[in-house]
Amino acid sequence: MAEVRAEMVANVWQVVASQGDSVADGDALVILESMKMEIPVLAEAAGTVTKLAVAEGDVVQEGDLIAVIE
Amino acid sequence: MPEQKISSVLVANRGEIARRIIRTLRRMGVRAIAVYSEADADLPYVREADEAVPIGPAPPARSYLDAGAVVDAARRTGAAAIHPGYGFLAENAGFAAAVIDAGLTWVGPPPAAIELMGDKINARNLMEAAGVPVAAGSREPVADVAAAVAEAERIGYPVMIKAAAGGGGIGMSAAANEAELRAGFETARSRAERFFGSAAILLERCITQARHVEVQILGLNDSRVLALGERDCSVQRRHQKVAEETPSPGVTPELRARMMAAASRAGEAVRYRGAGTVECLVDPASQEFVFLEMNTRIQVEHPITEMVTGIDLVEQQLLIASGGEVSFRPESVGFDGHAVELRVYAEDPVRFLPSPGLITGWEQPSGPGVRVDAGYTAGNVVTPFYDPLLAKLCVHGASRDEALWRARAAVQGFRIRGPKTNLPFHAELLDSDEFTSGQYDTSVVGRLRP
Repeated sequence: MAEVRAEMVANVWQVVASQGDSVADGDALVILESMKMEIPVLAEAAGTVTKLAVAEGDVVQEGDLIAVIE
Repeated sequence: MPEQKISSVLVANRGEIARRIIRTLRRMGVRAIAVYSEADADLPYVREADEAVPIGPAPPARSYLDAGAVVDAARRTGAAAIHPGYGFLAENAGFAAAVIDAGLTWVGPPPAAIELMGDKINARNLMEAAGVPVAAGSREPVADVAAAVAEAERIGYPVMIKAAAGGGGIGMSAAANEAELRAGFETARSRAERFFGSAAILLERCITQARHVEVQILGLNDSRVLALGERDCSVQRRHQKVAEETPSPGVTPELRARMMAAASRAGEAVRYRGAGTVECLVDPASQEFVFLEMNTRIQVEHPITEMVTGIDLVEQQLLIASGGEVSFRPESVGFDGHAVELRVYAEDPVRFLPSPGLITGWEQPSGPGVRVDAGYTAGNVVTPFYDPLLAKLCVHGASRDEALWRARAAVQGFRIRGPKTNLPFHAELLDSDEFTSGQYDTSVVGRLRP
């Protein structure tokens, strides 16, 4: 199981993946926006997205859980 | 328009530029009114204004971009004029017209000039007609991928994919071939729609190994458009400026004269009034230049022009908006020495990713030839809602060598604790052979960060 967490305070601009999706290492899960910049959050391992903890428009803090991949 | 001194100005902006405008207003004895979002209540510019009004929550769409809220704040505070700064509503012709319709003075160019230059395709066509060189590119919006491919064949690769309603390099990308164009086109459209409210796209021949050089213009009430020298803005990351200098080490006196004349013609073509910037790309080898875009507002990097000319550009904006004359003799503008601006961003100095957070310590340099336009201080929180600019570190010297020497010392003396900043990058830049030699182009940051 791999937890994907936010690296910085940001707004959730787009949720690209859905719960249940199979993803490859490096696939974009969500796209955050901070300071007028888009920051894709990528899967760091292949697997199935078992949890997506954010919705578009959410504000995430550094360390917040974004997704779980199993 | 008869001259009438403006008694009070509402500054429709935030951070360093709001603070910088307020400084000139107070020096001129003009009442300064600030507006702020919930996220910005503790910033220095709010404290330094004579009066400050909250205009909404942190997201820009609900505060600094809310034209109704800004005009309403001006009414409630009895402001005589609105200064938009840069970004947000500064290049929104509809907002400028609404300000004028509300009986207020708009500190900026006529709405018609903003509109003519706001559409990059229209601006290119207009400039070409005025005899200002433009790169090969679209004369009308590119409708879809197929049209883009056909257009790129005509123009020749590499091409830049740009938002017609955009500017400042935001959402812009380069395509070296058809595959890259096909891959980048839809992304460019969705970004254009999202950032600028219009999905219209233009293609332009991409000039590699170019310098980004811009000319400061000032449109006077007697219809003359002055060119106040150039600024070299070739140090960029993600097509965003990081450092600027004037004069440009890559522009000969002969090229400078041609660029100044073209910039004046560009301004005159749209009956420009007030401060504006004509951005160009320069090919250092051929000493040819092409028009990129015109920014119809005060520019972020205006302080370096102020340092070499001794002219306060915000003061001139106010004087021109009030129907008066500028404070200097247009016939005898002098250029003294060399100035450099380093943009201090809240971002890591390696990958340049945003680094918001609480500022726990702030010590800024001072001394001869050093000017810091800062938006923040210790105790402030840098939030993710706005751009990452913390401060502009500007230095002036009698020569380029002296300016760079002062810049190195000033970077060492700037200590910000809390968010990561790009100050270590600036230290590297100032020590790099490419930058110090003066022979650099818009790819210099990529070479320092391979």
